[in-house]
Amino acid sequence: MATIAETIPAWSAPARRLGLRHDVRSVRVVWQREMIRFSRDRLRIITSLIQPVLFLFVLGTGLSTITRGSSQNVNLRTFMYPGALSMAVLFTAMFSAASIVWDREFGFLREMLVAPISRWSIVVGKCCGGATTATLQGVLILAMAGIVGVPYSPVLFLVVFLELLLLAFTLTAFGVMLAARITQIQAFMAINQMLLMPLFFLSGALFPLGNLPAWLQVTTRLDPLTYAVDPVRRAVFAHLHASPAVIARLNPGVTWNGWRVPTALELLIVAAMGVLFLGVAILEFRKAD
Amino acid sequence: MASAVAVSGLTKRYGDLVAVDGVDFTVGTGEVFGFLGPNGAGKSTTIKMLCTLVDPTAGSATVAGFDVVRQRDDVRRNIGLVFQDPTLDQYLTAEQNLRMHAELYGMPRAAIRERMQQVLEMVGLAERATARVATYSGGMKRRLEIARGLLHAPRVLFLDEPTVGLDPQTRSSIWRYITELRQREDITIFLTTHYMDEAEYCDRIAIMDRGHIVVMDTPEALKASVGKDRVQFTTDDDETARAALQERFGIESSIAEHQVTFAVASGEEFVPRLFAELGVPIRSVSVSRPSLDDVFMSYTGTTIRDAEAAGPNQFMRAMANRVR
Repeated sequence: MATIAETIPAWSAPARRLGLRHDVRSVRVVWQREMIRFSRDRLRIITSLIQPVLFLFVLGTGLSTITRGSSQNVNLRTFMYPGALSMAVLFTAMFSAASIVWDREFGFLREMLVAPISRWSIVVGKCCGGATTATLQGVLILAMAGIVGVPYSPVLFLVVFLELLLLAFTLTAFGVMLAARITQIQAFMAINQMLLMPLFFLSGALFPLGNLPAWLQVTTRLDPLTYAVDPVRRAVFAHLHASPAVIARLNPGVTWNGWRVPTALELLIVAAMGVLFLGVAILEFRKAD
Repeated sequence: MASAVAVSGLTKRYGDLVAVDGVDFTVGTGEVFGFLGPNGAGKSTTIKMLCTLVDPTAGSATVAGFDVVRQRDDVRRNIGLVFQDPTLDQYLTAEQNLRMHAELYGMPRAAIRERMQQVLEMVGLAERATARVATYSGGMKRRLEIARGLLHAPRVLFLDEPTVGLDPQTRSSIWRYITELRQREDITIFLTTHYMDEAEYCDRIAIMDRGHIVVMDTPEALKASVGKDRVQFTTDDDETARAALQERFGIESSIAEHQVTFAVASGEEFVPRLFAELGVPIRSVSVSRPSLDDVFMSYTGTTIRDAEAAGPNQFMRAMANRVR
């Protein structure tokens, strides 16, 4: 074993201030850690796929026996496909955010909190990490497009990919915002369970948002996830060969008082929420010690 | 000698609880400085303030020449930290943990690999560098944390209870690394411990109790200041024995760990008189040379173990430490 005398450091701590470049470097390393951990955790990749696959193939196929014929050549599975994509992203993003609570419980968060880096770089790094893993998870579902009758079109895939990326970022920011205050993993998981299903059910992932009773009409429009599922569905339906009547019924879009909200505005809503959640998360982490 | 740590009037209150109550001290560059005291004495809170993890309620402190409140990032860049609780990512390998640390501390890329190798060799983990931390033993994890704390060549290394929860063999190996470290002239080591025997390794010790620094000096000077041998004995009636001791010999004693304890100039010569003149049957007796336990005892009036088992106030302090 070498003694310290032999291993006197070759350099000493730099006197210069560490600027923005250092913060960007920190964002990257926090992101990298998420990537390493994600790639190590094969089990998590598989388990996160189970739920969307169940909804898509079991529920989708089962329920389609009731609605058979009424949708002509658009299968219920095809209809639910954008919902399954969103679901994969939703669950993975929240799970990624949970890793902050996990890090806190196992002490690693402190290693980051005492480092000479800006707090925002930890939060942004985490959100980017969560967004990447959640999007990758979405891509796995995206690869199943053919099975549910969605054509493998490069343009469609690119559009959906970017939409999922945006959704994943916003959801991770939302989770990180919650995780900033919650110190126990059980509590975080309980809150997750409480939030995830209502968000998912009200998002239009499972049924079209036209012709709903008033109370459901309102609550679905209040669900932020609605504005992420609809653009994906529009993109998918634009590549299907179905009669306009079927498309109108299955893909009525999100309307406000009869006005159909354009895709750009929907995406803007999702992005604005992401920025808001991110901002709150950064503020929360500034306060934490 | 420039001071690596300079503290004046440092205070931390949590509501009504005064965890650290106006402490003053300086630590010279290259010194190994130990904070000694029972759990809840305010050691950890002090260290957290010095590491910029907790803001002081009052007073000021500089570490490596930087103010802990106003120059937080400068302080952080120049200190290494090894906490009581592990802060490693168990899913990553030792190397990945170190690499991440190097990035967070803004080390120049070109220097990382060589420096990583150095610190890993120093703590004897070079062969296990690519193994996941989850496969490490408790002692290996602590050694890796020390290596990580040194990676960015800090000027002050803080070790908060570096050996707590480790087996005696591992404890002594950790201390071997620390004593080797002091050969490096440009690092100052600031540590807390509640093991008396470990305080012997320090150049200077500050004994902390209930938020105050009770005394501060070299271990030798502190032991010399007690100057006397410690005599401990057990009887069937300790209170009567204490009263008799006071009455016949004019000696103040206390009861600690179920033994009557007092200090006397030459213990061995005193024992025969004790048996002859006390008038209370003695069941056992022991005489010991002054140790840091006695130093602690003579300055705080209690042993460190009793202090830890003490009243609700101490308990609250310990809890406050835990919560924060």
